[in-house]
Amino acid sequence: MDSLMPSFKRPGLFMQRLKHNRMALAGAAIVMVMCVLALLASVVGRDPGDIDVSRQLLAPCWEFPLGTDDLGRDVLARILYGARISLLVGFVAVGISTAIGVVVGALAGYYGGWVDSLIMRFVDIMLCFPSFFLILAVVAFLEPSIWNIMIVIGLTSWMGVARLVRAEFLSLRERDYVQAAKALGAGDGRVIFMHILPNALSPILVSATLGVAGAILVESALSFLGIGVQPPTPSWGNMLIAGKQTLGTAWWLSVFPGLAILLTVLGYNLLGEGIRDALDPRLKE
Amino acid sequence: MFVQIAKRLIMMLPLLLGITLISFVVIHLAPGEPTDLQTQLNPEVSSELRERLRAQYDLDKPLLVQYGKWLGRLVQLDFGESFVQDRRPVAEKIAERLPVTIMINLLSIGLILLIAVPLGVLSAVRRNSLFDRFTTVFVFIGFATPSFWLALLLMDFFGVRLGLFPIAGLKSLGHEYLSFGRQVGDVAHHLVLPVFVSAFGGLAGFSRYMRGNMLEVVRQDYILTARAKGLSERVVIYRHALHNALLPVITLLGLSVPGLIGGSVIFETIFAIPGMGKMFYDGVMMRDYPLIMGVLVIGAVLTLVGNLIADVAYAMADPRIRRR
Repeated sequence: MDSLMPSFKRPGLFMQRLKHNRMALAGAAIVMVMCVLALLASVVGRDPGDIDVSRQLLAPCWEFPLGTDDLGRDVLARILYGARISLLVGFVAVGISTAIGVVVGALAGYYGGWVDSLIMRFVDIMLCFPSFFLILAVVAFLEPSIWNIMIVIGLTSWMGVARLVRAEFLSLRERDYVQAAKALGAGDGRVIFMHILPNALSPILVSATLGVAGAILVESALSFLGIGVQPPTPSWGNMLIAGKQTLGTAWWLSVFPGLAILLTVLGYNLLGEGIRDALDPRLKE
Repeated sequence: MFVQIAKRLIMMLPLLLGITLISFVVIHLAPGEPTDLQTQLNPEVSSELRERLRAQYDLDKPLLVQYGKWLGRLVQLDFGESFVQDRRPVAEKIAERLPVTIMINLLSIGLILLIAVPLGVLSAVRRNSLFDRFTTVFVFIGFATPSFWLALLLMDFFGVRLGLFPIAGLKSLGHEYLSFGRQVGDVAHHLVLPVFVSAFGGLAGFSRYMRGNMLEVVRQDYILTARAKGLSERVVIYRHALHNALLPVITLLGLSVPGLIGGSVIFETIFAIPGMGKMFYDGVMMRDYPLIMGVLVIGAVLTLVGNLIADVAYAMADPRIRRR
């Protein structure tokens, strides 16, 4: 079974499988294009904060490919800068949730016993909350800022990773190489992080990739409700507020920011599922 | 059976205690107080009055004492009084709004099952067909579509441009004067867009899950046996396979409760529906502690109840589980 798994020890096989997976390729392409656009936002587009009332609510035209908003700002430029915000929130939030999930899951799975039951009861409790309620409550109490959003999303979305890591650790800790490492006198920390964790990376990678998509969705929803990224900083979610205000008159304000969210989330989901398939030998027939 | 349910109910108690403790601590550690809204913007409010207000709401006591008092009242189903102007009991406010949210969620679960199950089964049966590919694309797009954006587009197109559906509230003006049949029709008309939006996200997940279950079940030995007996493909798929593939859906339904309830904040706010989600959003904006706590607890309880119902339903549907 082990030899069948194209894990990170055999990156060649993994990459080969990934290359043959059209889903993963499409996802990777979308993700890369979005990253490049976000990085080049200041080069490609104009100033996203440039207000000019004389060109209010222009429909898409040659000069403004995606139109202008109610303050005459270029929608394309704002979407490009919004990409930075969304990607930043996605990455940092997932970084936080993955870090917490890995540590918590590793502790539960490695030590087992009462540590495990205590931690898993806590996970159960956290899973009972409609997480959007919890996020909304906390974000609204704190000052709504990008950093608070990232932290709160991270703190409320680590449970899935923790469960995954725990399951991996439960099976891996009995393996011979772990016993060997222990026999050689390796401490718990060394066994957990140097010996077991590297072998449990694949499901973590999949869940982190899918997690970015989830975090971007939550951030945009919060910003749309007015308690996420605050104007004038452009974010895809808060751009849609203008879309709601101009319902029925300026379709481009509703359509394009939403499409940007959809495409980005789609990209990360495709990539995540593609990686999962490439790592799972059972799916190849 | 009843012993099992009773056991599960008792196991829920510590979980419930943990839920209340966590939400209480989280909300109270966050900066900002309900008295801020009444005092901050008003320069004439003296610090003395401020203290009096704080004492009135027990905000000057240690956190654990506040929690103990709150929990003591909670046991008697008393969630305290709302901090905002109307000062009505939180339990009453929630009881007023909860049915709307539950009704919409039940309707959307019904819609999800109605569409997702056939979709998943068909795409599993005709694996790799054009239909299957089409469904897969739909599923991925469904996963990636933000529900509030979908709501916005539908409101723009069907609501404003075509004028087919109302875009806000649950009742038209003059709803009271309609006959009962018309009243039901009026509410249903208002519910079309919100229910569709809240079901849309779940559709993708459920049909994908259903497809996976079906593919898994078709591989089992008992399906081979059924085919070997000479049963028609129709009976094999729709009697033997479907029944077994549907079982795990019950569990997924239970697990999807928190997501549905959380999502109700979004679509109720967009469509201005007087449900629990909208009330929660308003409560958060007003820093209405008792209300927020009440809704958080109710939300978590609904999740627990959803899981319990799912487990019981599973045990009733699957004799293999019942024996244990």
